[in-house]
Amino acid sequence: MTIESNLERVLQAGKFAVTGELGPPRGADVEVIKKKAQLLKGHVDAVNVTDNQTAIVRMSSVAACALLSQLGLDPVLQMVCRDRNRIALQSDLFGAYALGIRNVLCLTGDHQKFGDHPTAKNVFDLDSIQLIQTVKRLRDEKKMLGGSDVQGEFKMLIGAAENPFGDPFKFRVTRLAKKVAAGVQFLQTQCIFNLPKFKEWMKMVCDRGLHEKVAIFGGVTPIKSAGMAKYMKNSVAGMDVPDEIIKRVAGVPKGKASEEGVKIAVETIQQLKETPGVRGIHMMAIEWEEMVPKILQQAGLSPRP
Amino acid sequence: MIIAEQKPFERIVEMTAKARNILVAGCGTCVTVCLAGGAKEVAVVASKLRLAAQNAGRKITVTEATIERQCENEFVEKLAPALKGVDTVVSLACGIGVQFLAEAFQNLPILPGVNTRFLGAPSKQGTWQEKCMACGDCRLDKTAGVCPMARCSKNLLNGPCGGSANGKCEVNPQKIECAWQLIIDRMEKLGRLDELEAITPPNDWSTAHDGGVRETASEQAVPAKTEAMKSV
Repeated sequence: MTIESNLERVLQAGKFAVTGELGPPRGADVEVIKKKAQLLKGHVDAVNVTDNQTAIVRMSSVAACALLSQLGLDPVLQMVCRDRNRIALQSDLFGAYALGIRNVLCLTGDHQKFGDHPTAKNVFDLDSIQLIQTVKRLRDEKKMLGGSDVQGEFKMLIGAAENPFGDPFKFRVTRLAKKVAAGVQFLQTQCIFNLPKFKEWMKMVCDRGLHEKVAIFGGVTPIKSAGMAKYMKNSVAGMDVPDEIIKRVAGVPKGKASEEGVKIAVETIQQLKETPGVRGIHMMAIEWEEMVPKILQQAGLSPRP
Repeated sequence: MIIAEQKPFERIVEMTAKARNILVAGCGTCVTVCLAGGAKEVAVVASKLRLAAQNAGRKITVTEATIERQCENEFVEKLAPALKGVDTVVSLACGIGVQFLAEAFQNLPILPGVNTRFLGAPSKQGTWQEKCMACGDCRLDKTAGVCPMARCSKNLLNGPCGGSANGKCEVNPQKIECAWQLIIDRMEKLGRLDELEAITPPNDWSTAHDGGVRETASEQAVPAKTEAMKSV
């Protein structure tokens, strides 16, 4: 199948993939998108655009993806099930395809309690696994969930996310297997700081042969400061930041913490490259996009094929 | 059962600001058990209303009555004698009871004295927890007797989201257990963990409130149609 996605081209060529991430502005400021896009262009194969991440209202992911597409980047449309029912999700998928978007990342979505509109009503009509099934059905069977025929072309490379550090640990692999059975093609993991635990999870994935059915990208986030590391450890659900990492960042002289964070990110990438079954990395430089080229160059992953 | 909790007292005072002759009506069923609207609570609310009026220099009469159930005609009829001279009723029943009284006594304002919270049961002494959301299509057979609809904050049907940590839900780790952790643990005990590998397809929400206001009939209780009616 040819989806016309750059990410698919990289995967089909058997190359180690690199995806980036871009958070749209909390408003309609196109310049924010342009600036971040320039920082990432040429350094990554595709760029995820978050969908009202942590339930904070931002420019729509479809719109920001379309802008990236115009700027010559390959966008990955993140879609969460929190805000739209199956009618709106399918409709937006068609709209995204019409605007040149060729990758979708199917997510359940953060609960609205964490965002800037905690009194909102949530939807969760579908979950991430059912959304994967839906996209596959639209694409391969040309059928909507309700049974109607899809008019015209519709192609998408289907992605999803998984948190190897969430509980119950053993069921995390089962959940990945369900995503694979639903039709996922690439999978980005939560930020990896606890490499031994990630490798343990990855071994379970390989034992089930899942790494052959889905391209797994390890999540990498450079740490800016010891404060950021502590915040992620204590306040972000499902995040596993070992004390050694915090100590490393806190232990360097003042002003050197971000340098240490970059060093840790580069080391993590090198370890991921050597981990059996890992076929790429997903860089989540949260509001620190300018550091991405440097990290990827040091890790020997830039420029891109 | 239906779990309710008393409204902040200031709200009850605000609602009854113009009332002169108030009846505080309790219900002897669910709200009695969850200590929100039984005879005891009726007595407390009534005396607080009397005191509040006295402090504000208002002269009012507050009477009390608790019936077995505010959601059935045969019991509601018994409330009629207590309504003599009453200009306002504060019902401490659930939202169903309040509406039932409003239908039965068309000329009287019936005010809610409690907030109806959910369908649940006690989790520990004095604490109640949601267990069911009346989705209209019970699947507890598939999830080892733990409801993912009502007890997962995102009503997920295919396993836990990434926010499950140490058996708790990210939405409130102090209070909410991860329903999927409970389901997985129980399925494992029952030797049925492999069943959770199957994908649950998109849910049919039409049996829930999404299908519109619901009504259900019991064939045993609905009067049978005569032959003549059937042919119509």
